[in-house]
Amino acid sequence: MTTTIIFTIVCLSLLGLGLALILYFTAQKFKVEEDPRIDDVEAILPGANCGGCGFAGCRAFAEGCVKAESLDTMYCPVGGNDVMKNVAVYLGRTIAEKAPQVAVVKCNGNCDSRPKTSNYDGYPSCAVMSTLYSGDTGCRYGCLGQGDCELSCKFDALKMDPRTGLPEIDADKCTACGACIKACPKILIEFRNKGPKGKRIFVSCMNKDKGGIARKSCSVACIGCTKCQKVCAYDAITISSNLAYIDYNKCKLCRKCVVECPTNAIWEVNFPVRVPKKEVLTAEEQ
Amino acid sequence: MSKTFSIGGIHPSDNKISVKAAIENFPLMEMAYISLSQHLGAPAEPVVAKGDKVKTGQLIAKANGFISANVHSSVSGTVSSIELLPDLAGNPVQHIVIKVEGDDWLENINRSSEIEREIKLSGPEILVKIAECGIVGLGGAAFPTHIKLSPPPGKKAEYLIINGAECEPYLTSDYRIMLEQPEEILIGAKIMMKALNVNKCFLGIEDNKPKAIKKMKGLCSKSYPQIKVVSLLKKYPQGGEKQLIDAIVKRQVPSMGLPIDTGVVVQNVGTALAVYEAVQKNKPLFEGIVTVTGKCMTEQRNFRMRVGTTFESMIFAVGGFPKDAEKLISGGPMMGKAVSRIDASSVKSTSALLLLTEKETKRGEEGNCIRCAKCVEACPMGLEPFLLNRLSRAGKIEELEANMVQDCIECGSCIYTCPANIPLLDTIRLSKAQVLKILRSRPKK
Repeated sequence: MTTTIIFTIVCLSLLGLGLALILYFTAQKFKVEEDPRIDDVEAILPGANCGGCGFAGCRAFAEGCVKAESLDTMYCPVGGNDVMKNVAVYLGRTIAEKAPQVAVVKCNGNCDSRPKTSNYDGYPSCAVMSTLYSGDTGCRYGCLGQGDCELSCKFDALKMDPRTGLPEIDADKCTACGACIKACPKILIEFRNKGPKGKRIFVSCMNKDKGGIARKSCSVACIGCTKCQKVCAYDAITISSNLAYIDYNKCKLCRKCVVECPTNAIWEVNFPVRVPKKEVLTAEEQ
Repeated sequence: MSKTFSIGGIHPSDNKISVKAAIENFPLMEMAYISLSQHLGAPAEPVVAKGDKVKTGQLIAKANGFISANVHSSVSGTVSSIELLPDLAGNPVQHIVIKVEGDDWLENINRSSEIEREIKLSGPEILVKIAECGIVGLGGAAFPTHIKLSPPPGKKAEYLIINGAECEPYLTSDYRIMLEQPEEILIGAKIMMKALNVNKCFLGIEDNKPKAIKKMKGLCSKSYPQIKVVSLLKKYPQGGEKQLIDAIVKRQVPSMGLPIDTGVVVQNVGTALAVYEAVQKNKPLFEGIVTVTGKCMTEQRNFRMRVGTTFESMIFAVGGFPKDAEKLISGGPMMGKAVSRIDASSVKSTSALLLLTEKETKRGEEGNCIRCAKCVEACPMGLEPFLLNRLSRAGKIEELEANMVQDCIECGSCIYTCPANIPLLDTIRLSKAQVLKILRSRPKK
């Protein structure tokens, strides 16, 4: 009995040792030489594997950084400037600082301002819905409200608000990885500079129909009236296909356009509360 | 003994409540909204301008590109605008809006009801005539007929199949024309046989239309010996192109292939009638038979309707909106499209307007898949819908391709049989589009 046990143990140990040796020598023989810096750069990165940098994951990005001649085109949106600076210092290169960005939703037609014209009872997915028809409201550019963007967000920064039926972005959690931009079939989400102290102004509408048609389907649609363009002293606002767009690089955050907009389609974020006249607007953005 | 396709299929109640309604002419509308994208392929290019006077049957937009079709005015009057208007899905499409003034037809259209039996044109001339008259497939996809009738080089058609199955529940437009204009359809088939240079033709009719089968059989045995009427089993989707080929000539269309790969061309009976009218009567395609039906309606009718009629006016022509109507469908209940705007207008291939109540149309709450395999049994293409649905939700494109999601014909048999109300077709249709996009972008061997 004992001899059988001893025999078994010895046999298995020898077998294990033999196989370990084979494995060891094979590993030595076929070892892939990798730049050790890749591991170090990967350690600096946040490890979210979100793909926001355009690479397949953090390791691929680290490899890209090490191999690339300059870091100008490389940017990790999750880690931001701090992480990129660390990477640049470690690799002995320089990098220009980038303004931090955040995703914004360019539709503010909620249940009251943009009434439903039909009931959709298919599979709750914006992608499926957009293949079937233009949407369950009068506006064919607006948010479909099925929450494909919420599913795509890996940072818990984007939530569908059941009250408005629109996605709400938590600017603190948003890393500007771009997953929601790809998920939205109506292309309603855009990156914008976070702005000083998080202050930013943008047109929260994508309706390209003529004013009358846009207004009919949604009371807070941009109607392309050009009032904001006329009041802007910095030439930051352009209007094409009946839709205003504010260039965040030129905008000096003077807020004149916000007051001027007849449909409240222009939003200001993180500004101090203004004179009581504008209370309606600030209530909406919260 | 009725023939049928080999795998899958379902048996929905056929609900053909408008069978007895003879075709009547729809009253002329005040404004015609004629879409320039009534066919598969590139939108047609307008050849009239605002303020122009047009006559019924006049060319108002010409084909733009290889896969495209001419569009003709369905009314006479003045062009009031050319603008982007929403189609039935709400997407903007160029429309020519015509204010109707009288009904003044072009002189060269033969409006007599006398049957012209002698085919004077030669094969290539027929194709030119069909292209000129803007004929498209009236089975649903609206593919330009002249392209379908000219097989690509290296491929030869052996048979022509005329599709009179009309397997969709509720629809009766094809049935009515088979009863009322049978000989015209057969002459249309003969014209297409001449264009394709084939001498064997089948006319498939589902066996729930015994009157049509009898009438057609009588006519064929008397004066059209090359056309054989085939009785088909009442089973959905019997009228699918691939299913019809399988049922009648027992050939399988290869994956990603076309019917012509098996030497067969399939055309709808409505298309055959349109071809007859174009070639023998010189009448372009600007009107079609539309069934207006629904259990909630007090009356069900079959209309001969001009292209560009709004859905709103169709409903008012049959006594207005029923109170309990919840959903409007253009086409049949299985493959038709929901109408999201009643101000949208009919196109060449509009075959029906169906009104359903909430009880008939409401989807049940989605449950869990219990692997009953009813969907697998029902799929006429031999796919596994439950698996495709799971893969689609997980976004596994490669596996979807390996499981042939691209072969789905979107007939809806799976979603019809699913006891758990899983939106199988919704998810499969989405991934089919994604996979097809990838397949088309791949370089060809």
